Amino acid sequence: MNLLDLVIALPALGFVLALLMPRTQENAIKMLALGVSLATFVLSLGLVNGFQSGQTGQQFVTDNIWIASPEIHWHVGIDGLSLWLVILSTFLTPIAILLSWKAIHDRAKEFFAFVLLLEFGLVGVFAAWDLFLFYVFWEVVLVPMYFLIGIWGHDRRIYAAVKFFLYTMAGSVLMLAGIIFIYLRVGTFDYVQILAAISSGHAMLTHTEETLLFLAFFLAFAIKVPLFPLHTWLPDAHVEAPTAGSVMLASVMLKMGTYGLVRFCLPMFPTAARENASWIVALAIIGIVYGGLVALVQPNMKKLVAYSSVSHLGFVVLGIFSFTQIGLDGAVYQMLNHGISTGALFLLVGFLYERRHSLAIADFGGVATVAPWLSIMFLVTTLASIGLPTLNNFVGEFMVLQGSAQANFSWTVFASLGVIISACYMLWMYQRVFFGETNEEVKHHVPDLSLREWACVIPLVVMMVWMGMYSQSFLPVVSEANAKILDQSKMNVPLRVAAPRMTEHAPPDLSRPPVTAAAAGGRADAR
Amino acid sequence: MQNLWLIPALPFLGFLINGILGKKLPKMVINAVAVGSVVLSFLLVLNIWSSGGDLAANPIHQHYFTWIQSGEINIGWDYAVDKLTLIMLMVVTGIGSLIHVYATGYMAHEEGYYRFFAYLNLFMFFMLNLVLGGNYLLLFVGWEGVGLCSYLLIGFYFVKKSASTAGNKAFIVNRIGDFGFSLAMFLIVVNFGTLDFTKVFAAAPGKSTETLTAIALLLLLGATGKSAQIPLYVWLPDAMEGPTPVSALIHAATMVTAGVYMCTRSAVIFTHAPIAMDTVAIVGLATAVFAATIGLTQYDIKKVFAYSTVSQLGYMFLGVGVGAFSAGVWHLVTHAFFKALLFLGAGSVIHACHHEQDMRHMGGLRKYTPVTMAVLACASLAIAGVPGTSGFFSKDAILTAAYGHAPWMFWVGVVTAGMTAFYVWRAFWMTFWGEYRGHGHPHESPWSMLAPLVVLAFLSIAGGFLFNVPKILEGMFPAAEEVPGESMLMGISIAAGLAGIAISYYMYVVNPKLPQRISDGLGGIYRLVYDKYRIDELYDATVVNPVITGSRSLLWKVMDQGVIDGAVNGVGSEAQLAGGWLKMLQSGNIRSYATWVVLGAVCLLILIGVAEGVTR
Repeated sequence: MNLLDLVIALPALGFVLALLMPRTQENAIKMLALGVSLATFVLSLGLVNGFQSGQTGQQFVTDNIWIASPEIHWHVGIDGLSLWLVILSTFLTPIAILLSWKAIHDRAKEFFAFVLLLEFGLVGVFAAWDLFLFYVFWEVVLVPMYFLIGIWGHDRRIYAAVKFFLYTMAGSVLMLAGIIFIYLRVGTFDYVQILAAISSGHAMLTHTEETLLFLAFFLAFAIKVPLFPLHTWLPDAHVEAPTAGSVMLASVMLKMGTYGLVRFCLPMFPTAARENASWIVALAIIGIVYGGLVALVQPNMKKLVAYSSVSHLGFVVLGIFSFTQIGLDGAVYQMLNHGISTGALFLLVGFLYERRHSLAIADFGGVATVAPWLSIMFLVTTLASIGLPTLNNFVGEFMVLQGSAQANFSWTVFASLGVIISACYMLWMYQRVFFGETNEEVKHHVPDLSLREWACVIPLVVMMVWMGMYSQSFLPVVSEANAKILDQSKMNVPLRVAAPRMTEHAPPDLSRPPVTAAAAGGRADAR
Repeated sequence: MQNLWLIPALPFLGFLINGILGKKLPKMVINAVAVGSVVLSFLLVLNIWSSGGDLAANPIHQHYFTWIQSGEINIGWDYAVDKLTLIMLMVVTGIGSLIHVYATGYMAHEEGYYRFFAYLNLFMFFMLNLVLGGNYLLLFVGWEGVGLCSYLLIGFYFVKKSASTAGNKAFIVNRIGDFGFSLAMFLIVVNFGTLDFTKVFAAAPGKSTETLTAIALLLLLGATGKSAQIPLYVWLPDAMEGPTPVSALIHAATMVTAGVYMCTRSAVIFTHAPIAMDTVAIVGLATAVFAATIGLTQYDIKKVFAYSTVSQLGYMFLGVGVGAFSAGVWHLVTHAFFKALLFLGAGSVIHACHHEQDMRHMGGLRKYTPVTMAVLACASLAIAGVPGTSGFFSKDAILTAAYGHAPWMFWVGVVTAGMTAFYVWRAFWMTFWGEYRGHGHPHESPWSMLAPLVVLAFLSIAGGFLFNVPKILEGMFPAAEEVPGESMLMGISIAAGLAGIAISYYMYVVNPKLPQRISDGLGGIYRLVYDKYRIDELYDATVVNPVITGSRSLLWKVMDQGVIDGAVNGVGSEAQLAGGWLKMLQSGNIRSYATWVVLGAVCLLILIGVAEGVTR
């Protein structure tokens, strides 16, 4: 059992312990949850410390047989891509617990237990190297989030929870089918072996098979991202979820989708990924602009931030499907950035809600006069979110847009519109909530940050500045992992394009495959 | 060699101290921190100025750390100083120091005193970063950062809705410009593989004209935002909502000239893109004349100077566009002197008249505020281009170069110069001559405010001699061509300025009823100009409102809630019909949920067990 196993197991242990405690011991349960999540975070820092850069491939590997037949392994490990996503999960969980300290009274025991279960699932998703194990963790995440929304949510929580559940299930069922198909073809769930089999040509997929498999995985991930037009579960889920749910959902859960795209769709189905890149990029760009425009007219703060997530995640998908080093690096960095800054936005909106019991922008006004520090923290977060240089999002957005410019300059032209729109909706909201005359309700019910709230906000703000000013603490290992993934997604292009002709499965269309190969190769080489 | 990073770091430290602790600090300490940090930076700059004689041969370049690195693209946090940077540093820290001193007097009774100085120091940090940056991205850091400070300071009186709206407008309009700037950077990286100035400029002559033209035009779009040129000038007049020292420092002397600096910095790219050069010149000239006409009609003293700033920035772009880069920078410097003075003097007038900004409620102030009058006279002489003053040299250099490029540009520029002299002196007469038309008793400002004004008055007059920018920058840019008949051109532009002053004297002192008759006579045309050509209304009707209405009704209501959600809910209800069990799941009872989870887990385990058994 290595450090990574511990990081995965500890939250699960905490979950069980919390469930075993008597429900009257509310404080003890909270302390337990906080203690476990903090311990997990500290342990996970050991992963950063022990991570060897320069070594491609996974580290902290444990590979034991979990179920003998069909052979399913407890195969976990992390590379530069998953390292920071694991840290992001362990970093945000204690914050999510701390921010719920006073907000949750009803069934506190289950609530904090579910947050720990969520952490277990999230860390597991990013660490799993066995497709079946990955799928199990993927579904484990779904359960606590469903309950967090459905039980502790607001008025329309049932509708939102079911919508969330149905959307995600629809995608993951297809992915499960895809996983089983691959198992039947390759004979293993082990991702390393699957990749080896595919890239060496031992497991040959026809063009149609590859495309269908790609689409099955892609759909599951795209719903999770969410990519336009599969995004409508997100605003409802966010608005109805309790603050902790929104924070975890936006910060980490959405990244499961984009992580899946990078981890699985690119290396396993390189040809299909490249062939389908153009319409995926188109959807991503539509999402960037569309999400921003719809955010502009939201009367509800949480919905506004939710639609802004659609826009921001569009940048991530754009970066991934630019198939350039800087674009992919930027996409991964942007996953982390979005986790920090949008997490902070939901957190601060949650603070406002706890004070005023409303999410409607119109119910606020003049908060800056009565709660200056809350306003300043919100402003810093707003600025991070709209990509002000020296704060984190700028670095990610710049890299993504640079990557897409290298692939196709017109993509960047359209996507950059999102940067203008983001300033519009965020600043307009900020003005209406924080500036102007202070209304009576706000004057009496909106105190400034408490010590506990400071403890939630400060780590996030520190990360915004750190990641904005010194990306070198994070990017090098990400770059290494991405270089390998790009290589995998490039290496077998000619081989796999040639495959249909060799196996005579493909339609006798001789002109198409070479053209694709040239286009794909050309794009990869273009700098 | 000294550490360049100290120059921006000092104001940044001031920002941190005043921003975090300022509420509890006494005013003396806040002043010492805010003013002291900027003055120290100024001294550091002076040190380079006095010791760095060989900057032309060996510019200073300091690398601190790698900021962004991916693949072959590496962007460092680098500061560089050459002569152009040095001039900018002098202007920014020098005028910045004066305005900080002035603000300690002007803002003395304002609430949020510490907040104001924290923002002002933060502005200095970003502005210094802008001019020190050794690559485009670092310039962009400063570029966006000063935009942020501009936003914060325009909206300083955030309880006033008009102030926070003006702040938003400034930020968003600038973002439109930044859209162009960032696209230019992406193109630069695609074509050059780097954003470092030295490498880009070394390689630029070898690139195709189309590429360079595209880059230059996109950079120009960025510059029209920051430097308030057509079509993105609309934010600057509204920016006058901010406290007057802000208008002087940010919206006259330093930040708004960033676009001129950036285009000058990119001279190599622009000079290899003739179409872009012509566009710069025409945009500049059009803005100059357009804004000047609006300036003729305004009554708010700060608005007059705001449109004047837009117009004068247009001159600078004209200079850049016709290839007279150093003349453009020269005008940038002299304009910083006399326009900062105009604004600070206006602040003193506003202070004297108890926060009255409408010139129709001023008048006769020469009796009450003699020092302010004297310094404003200096500034007004300079902007009118009266021979010997600083403005004369730089404006003449630009107009002469414009004649060499295309004579019609010279003539339009001369007419604009006449209008400029007219509206500035119109403001002067309306403020200081005649009888006092306001309320209360006007009073002269304290010396903390007047002392910086006197220094600036001296610079407005003598700045042209003291800082002969073309001489300092010699060799950096292609030399200007000799223009025949230079002295005659000079005479014409001097005459235009003097004529403007004379006409304003006649209209506002000798025959004060005349302006009303003229504006009545012009009727609709006058109204249109007075309403600033209703450009704001045009933008609202054609861009802002359609976007908001379209987003709300079409995208959100129809697309999101109607089409997509309609489809999803349709599928959802079908699913519910098909499986009524889903309803049973939602009993709202936690124990039943938990049961379901456990049941599900058990089922999964059994299934796996069965599968195992079967396959064995």
